[in-house]
Amino acid sequence: MKAVYALYSDPDDVQRAVDGLRKAGIADDDITVISSEPIEEYEFSHRHRATWIHWIAGGGGAIGLALGTWLTSFTERAWPIPTGNMPIVAWWPNLIIMFEMTMLGAILATVITLLITARIPARTPKMYDPEVTDGKILVGVENPNEGSVSAIERALMSPGVARLKTIQL
Amino acid sequence: MNEALAQRISDDLLRPVVTTTWKFWLLVAVLGSIVAMGLGTWFYQMYMGFGLTGINMPVYWAFYITNFVFWIGISHAGTLISAILRLVNAGWRRPVTRCAEVITVFALMIGALFPIIHLGRPWLFFWLVPYPSERLIWPNFRSPLVWDFFAINTYLTGSLLFLLLPMIPDFALVRDKTTGWRKKLYSVLALRWQGTTKQWHRLESAMQIMAIAIIPVAVSVHSIVSFDFSMAVVPLWHSTIFAPYFVTGAIFSGIAALILAMATLRKVLHLEEYLHPVHFQNLGKLLLMMSLLWTYFVFAERLTAWYGNEPSEVEALIVTQSGSFAPLYWTMVVCNFVVPFVILSLRKLRTITGCVIASSTVLVGMWLERFLIVVPSLSHKYLPYTWGHYRPRPVEIIITISTFAAMMLLYTLFAKLVPIISIWELKVGEHPVAAGKAAELREHPLWKANP
Repeated sequence: MKAVYALYSDPDDVQRAVDGLRKAGIADDDITVISSEPIEEYEFSHRHRATWIHWIAGGGGAIGLALGTWLTSFTERAWPIPTGNMPIVAWWPNLIIMFEMTMLGAILATVITLLITARIPARTPKMYDPEVTDGKILVGVENPNEGSVSAIERALMSPGVARLKTIQL
Repeated sequence: MNEALAQRISDDLLRPVVTTTWKFWLLVAVLGSIVAMGLGTWFYQMYMGFGLTGINMPVYWAFYITNFVFWIGISHAGTLISAILRLVNAGWRRPVTRCAEVITVFALMIGALFPIIHLGRPWLFFWLVPYPSERLIWPNFRSPLVWDFFAINTYLTGSLLFLLLPMIPDFALVRDKTTGWRKKLYSVLALRWQGTTKQWHRLESAMQIMAIAIIPVAVSVHSIVSFDFSMAVVPLWHSTIFAPYFVTGAIFSGIAALILAMATLRKVLHLEEYLHPVHFQNLGKLLLMMSLLWTYFVFAERLTAWYGNEPSEVEALIVTQSGSFAPLYWTMVVCNFVVPFVILSLRKLRTITGCVIASSTVLVGMWLERFLIVVPSLSHKYLPYTWGHYRPRPVEIIITISTFAAMMLLYTLFAKLVPIISIWELKVGEHPVAAGKAAELREHPLWKANP
């Protein structure tokens, strides 16, 4: 994997670099911005806001509810035990199991969606620089077309750039 | 944010992870010895039989179930408080959340151990695990013990994930800042985290959903623990207010545990710059509120039992308030109401020391409260010829003490392996709000297209 990236100290410079890359014809999905903490105050961090995670969590909850309903009513019918003059399929206590399974389904669906959509863990090494840990913000493009490398470098060479790097992983 | 500030925050909070003093090893050795003693005692109890304990007819639930309820209550400190503070976006939560979430996970693990200890023959634990069997033992969904199994496991799973997810970026930070075996270990734990804008956004969305989901689960867990009692027709147990009463008590004791943990970390790890007096004052106000709410529930419960004048209930009430359990009962009232009320309602006394004193008494009081719920009702149940006494035996006392040591040991080891304050969340809290930045953002063409 080849990558061209620059490190910045100021988020304003990052925003300018991202805008510059867009002007150079780089698609939004190909621009990577890496920071050591979320920077919500800038537009560049809102490029991937659209997500189905809330709906998937709801779907996970629905699956959990269905499983809880099936588990309780199926087992009670398959192994009927008369208890305290209660009906064999007793909905009041079953609601407790159904509720817990619903929430468990929603939680697990959320976590699985997070891991898949955020690609954690990544299967292959990705563009990264340990200086990010010290507060630098990385803006770069992975696997750029050979023809676009110089345009990318020009776009990244804004006044605030701390370092421009081209790496081969 | 300012790079120098970011560097300082990272260095300060990583120091306990990368530097180890002899005091750490001494503490681990002492706590480890107590835990080993507890484990040895537990094995001895298994070998010799449950007759070693003071549990006998009619008091079949005593110290172990008291500890079970107490520790599950303590677990409410973390995830619930953290989730609420995350949802309301309270800025002061940032140094507090991880300290709190860790308490939940470890307290739940310890609490869940007590029903197994109480089994006497823990190798038959699998009988509690829900799988259909021809023995007809398990599939009774009308048993509150089965509800416990589902509730505690859901809460433990949710709390563990709620704790682990925000730790991934901090593992990446430790990976970048260390060398040798630590770098290898944290490289694995960091799961190749990069910190792209997409990853940050997905992580924050997931944390929001988890926070919403975990609050009702936390409430359900202690409600269900209360159902272990209130579903039984036992004097002073069969009460409709037990669920909210237990939840209130759980949050009350949980906040007290959190304050004590934070004060200890602040002192031992020199985190004075991050855990400020205002954090303790805010938690102290919460503790005061919960103290008043707890007192209200105790009053409502006692008044109803006294006014109803049902002989078995009144007997249990009398033995608790003016009989053989009275010293414990009034100690509980002093610990849970008088001391916290006096200290925490006066601003001058609501200092870190004041909060620590109040929290310490609350923990003692809440343990007594759990004991006084379990034992007096069982020992004075209905007809006098069934009444009996309970005295804890050494095995129960040693196992109880060792679980407190286990909690401290687990917390110490965790603070050694993971930054106990979420570094990235703290850095977010330090972001300067640029003047006009929000308005500028709203004017951006892409923001307008996808607000």
